[in-house]
Amino acid sequence: MSRVDHAVLAKDFLALEANAEFHDRRLWELRIKRDQQMAMIPEWQELRDRASAIKEHTLSNLDRYLEEFEANAQRNGVNVHWARDAAEHNAIVHRVLSERGVRTLVKSKSMLTEECEMRPYLEERGITVIETDLGERIQQLDDEPPSHIVIPAVHKLRGDVSKVFARTIGSEPGNEDIHYLAKSQRDDTRPYFLNAEAGMTGGNFIVAETGAVVTVTNEGNADLSANVPKLYIASVGIEKLVPRLADLAIFIRLLSRSAIGSPISQYTSHFRKPREGGEMHVVLVDNGRSDRLGMADFWTSLKCIRCGACMNTCPVYRRSGGLSYRAVYAGPIGAIIDPTFDLRKYSELPFASTMNGSCTEVCPVKINIHEQIYTWRRVIAEQRQLPFVKREAMRIAGRIFASPKLYRLALKLQRLAANGLPRFAIYTMLNPWGHHREVPAPPAQTFNAWYRANRKARDEQS
Amino acid sequence: MSSRELILKTIRRNRPAIDAPLPTPIPFTTAPVTMALIEQFRTALAIYGGKTLELPAGMSVQALIDELYPERPALCSATREIVGSHPIPAVNRPQELATIEIGVTRAAFGVAETGSVFLSETELQVNALGYLVQHLIILLDPAVMLETLQEAYARPEFRTAGYAVLMTGPSATADIEGVLIRGAQGVRSLTVILCPRAG
Ligand code: SF4
Repeated sequence: MSRVDHAVLAKDFLALEANAEFHDRRLWELRIKRDQQMAMIPEWQELRDRASAIKEHTLSNLDRYLEEFEANAQRNGVNVHWARDAAEHNAIVHRVLSERGVRTLVKSKSMLTEECEMRPYLEERGITVIETDLGERIQQLDDEPPSHIVIPAVHKLRGDVSKVFARTIGSEPGNEDIHYLAKSQRDDTRPYFLNAEAGMTGGNFIVAETGAVVTVTNEGNADLSANVPKLYIASVGIEKLVPRLADLAIFIRLLSRSAIGSPISQYTSHFRKPREGGEMHVVLVDNGRSDRLGMADFWTSLKCIRCGACMNTCPVYRRSGGLSYRAVYAGPIGAIIDPTFDLRKYSELPFASTMNGSCTEVCPVKINIHEQIYTWRRVIAEQRQLPFVKREAMRIAGRIFASPKLYRLALKLQRLAANGLPRFAIYTMLNPWGHHREVPAPPAQTFNAWYRANRKARDEQS
Repeated sequence: MSSRELILKTIRRNRPAIDAPLPTPIPFTTAPVTMALIEQFRTALAIYGGKTLELPAGMSVQALIDELYPERPALCSATREIVGSHPIPAVNRPQELATIEIGVTRAAFGVAETGSVFLSETELQVNALGYLVQHLIILLDPAVMLETLQEAYARPEFRTAGYAVLMTGPSATADIEGVLIRGAQGVRSLTVILCPRAG
């Protein structure tokens, strides 16, 4: 994958002046509303401390709590599946659906299924997947990923939505009335709820103590997806665990206040058992999370509850739009977790930050976001000179193999090198065509050691 | 090795070796239900466009609902206190509720902090009743008004219900330009009627 050039892509977004201006203003409004909610809760900082402590406790005992969750869910009659990566997740979901002859799946918004690129996978296999959240549906119909983890189409204006709907669901061309547009989508989506054979949601939390999957939504679409069709599947990342209901209360108090400046969302729903005559499945997805747990500088990013507050407050995110990150997760949280998925592709993202620290300040689970951004910059800066060395070495090798004279010289030098001539001396001597610029500083690791390590890291990612 | 084993093994290898005890839950006291608590509930629910009505003295809930909807639309009630045009035991598939105008049920309790009501399959009987109908009426005994979410999560219902929802207002969206629309995919209005359980 080629490197995402965030700065260039952000310029494209800024060229849409009206969109860019609205985007900045709307997200800042949410930040202000969040501050107002915070001011009304005297124990706000204590809640953040607790939320952070609960997550750190849970993550450092994640194996035990996952087993507890699984046992309780199974006792409740839920089928629990484990998926190592995106491919396995998609295969599990497809198997469950196809074994039951499902042709249409209605689903609520889930960043995890975006992460797994589940929709195209299922659609290629003949299953119609309908996003039922208004913002997510707009993005699906426009063939774009969500640009914000809470408000998927926040980068679009009513005119954009009107065009998408006129083109795809037959709304009146030119009608830009927001009530009309929302109603058009509601009316278009309703029959899917009634006819789909399966429904799917993500999960904001899962509770070990009760085996519950918890969704926090406002449109009613998650509850319709789970409560109308007979078959219900929930896909959740393994980091979404909380031990007890008492802990859940803390997160529910923090989540909507942080996300949209609202005391709670319309529907805080807890799914524990299949409905009578129905079926419930939970897919627990790793997809890199257990590896991230071992990254000393970055594991606390797993505390994230995906509230989006760090995005709303980030001046760079607000002014560049989520799509410019070309990643499932944009904004400050994206800058610290996207590189764990693909360091090369996302190596620019940690630089898309002013380091003002406001992300860290608003984060309800107290992730040191801006410090992690800084640490990523160091990691990337260190790695960056390595590909340069690698490039040069390859180029030199190419010339050597192409020239019998140089090849013989190289062999001689290699023997010399074996007798103690430092490596960089060989490069210097073999590099007469490169004297116009400085020879790269010798890497701490030898090229081969680096190459092996790097290869391994990439193989594991792919 | 199964994926389950592999994931657990990787977690065991990678989990941070830190001493992070689980905080003891925040203690709470149960406040007596006062007018102020009811007002707090009403104000909180109003943020979400939910209405809270008192039952006028001497009036039955049935009479109040008939007054609210004099045109007698298709109504399905999950509480025996209200007789509707469509008895809930006759509902075979949740999809059938899509043609119903009004759903009625009684909540197990309310939460003043957020203006929420608790519903589960016990209260809804058919869970989709809370979502597929156009308007929802929820009866709530003011005596079971809790103060905080912390208190709500200590209720036994969360440990027994197969499906449990803290419902706060009608469905809504602000996904287009932040403009608030009540009636997204679920119900378009929500009315809470404060009244003790009849009979
Ligand atoms: S990092 Fe913190 S602020 Fe950002 S989305 Fe996650 S929980 Fe919210």
